[in-house]
Amino acid sequence: MKIIGLFIVILTGALLVYATVDFPPWGDPASPASTHLSPHYIEKSMEETSVPNIVTAVLADYRGFDTMFETAVIFAAGVACFFILRALRREGPEQRLYRHTLTDMTIRIKDASKISADLDEFERIDTLWTPRDLIVTTVCRLLIPFIQLFALYVIAHGHHSPGGGFQGGVILGASFILLAISHDLRTTLKRMREKMNGLLCATGVFIYAGTGALCLLFGFNFLDYSALASILHVDPVTARSHGILIVEIGVGIAVMATMIWIYNNLASSGKYDEGL
Amino acid sequence: MIWQLDLAILTLVVITGIGAIMVKDLLGAAILFGAYSFMMCLLWSIMGAVDVSFTEASVGAGVSAVFFVAAVFRTTRRTKD
Repeated sequence: MKIIGLFIVILTGALLVYATVDFPPWGDPASPASTHLSPHYIEKSMEETSVPNIVTAVLADYRGFDTMFETAVIFAAGVACFFILRALRREGPEQRLYRHTLTDMTIRIKDASKISADLDEFERIDTLWTPRDLIVTTVCRLLIPFIQLFALYVIAHGHHSPGGGFQGGVILGASFILLAISHDLRTTLKRMREKMNGLLCATGVFIYAGTGALCLLFGFNFLDYSALASILHVDPVTARSHGILIVEIGVGIAVMATMIWIYNNLASSGKYDEGL
Repeated sequence: MIWQLDLAILTLVVITGIGAIMVKDLLGAAILFGAYSFMMCLLWSIMGAVDVSFTEASVGAGVSAVFFVAAVFRTTRRTKD
């Protein structure tokens, strides 16, 4: 079976390599892809949307419908992870580890439901992941604000430089994941609760689809941002630029929440208790 | 586009790609996959597709590698086949 599989893979690979011979050369202006629509985008996107970065203009304005469902796919991925992995019922007694903060002594409690005394002097630690480095935690704590600031810059500056909602959202989510890795999962969950996370995930998609629906209400096409000119008090061209920004913020929120959501479910295997 | 650089990175893409499926240690495979993504990111930026390269760097080399590591942490480190 393995030999047949290998044979098929090699055959398909050889056919694909053979097919690349027919490709137009790299950056060929006469290739079919760059003779029909691309000239319009390259020449007109600045005067139609006032966005210097053509990629952003195409992604969020000309192909806005496409990007909306990309965001919906990411939302669906988060929801799927939640439904597959989340363990809502807790079974059996679980053991917990606590560290006395003053003496660094660790105690183990076999049945967590029996804890009744208040454990102010004790700090809970994970049973699977115990090492905790002062240098790593401090460096990550200092770095995370800058990572988040950069993520916001990437979202807001997508009009002028590479970047946008997807990349910025991923970096913003990664900063929370870094917090979970360097400290523990509970630290992240204190800052971003599960309910909040799911709500933000849906809010992002809602902002995107809502902007499109708002355009419909004004009698324009779905996701034709020039309809927003009357609310934003700007001319239709600038309104398209602002519409792209609104949509990018929605994408950023959705992607950020989804990344944290997937990570929380994966790392704690659905228990939201202890994780990587 | 400098063809020497292109060739070196393409070779590394093939090596890391084959390595990621051949390695028995799943954590190693996750790291190799991250390296593969990063090489692809370099390739995109050589070809001038900076937006795609940015996405590849943040999603492929960054977050998905972390997801793989988290999944390995919760399952097993050795493959069965």
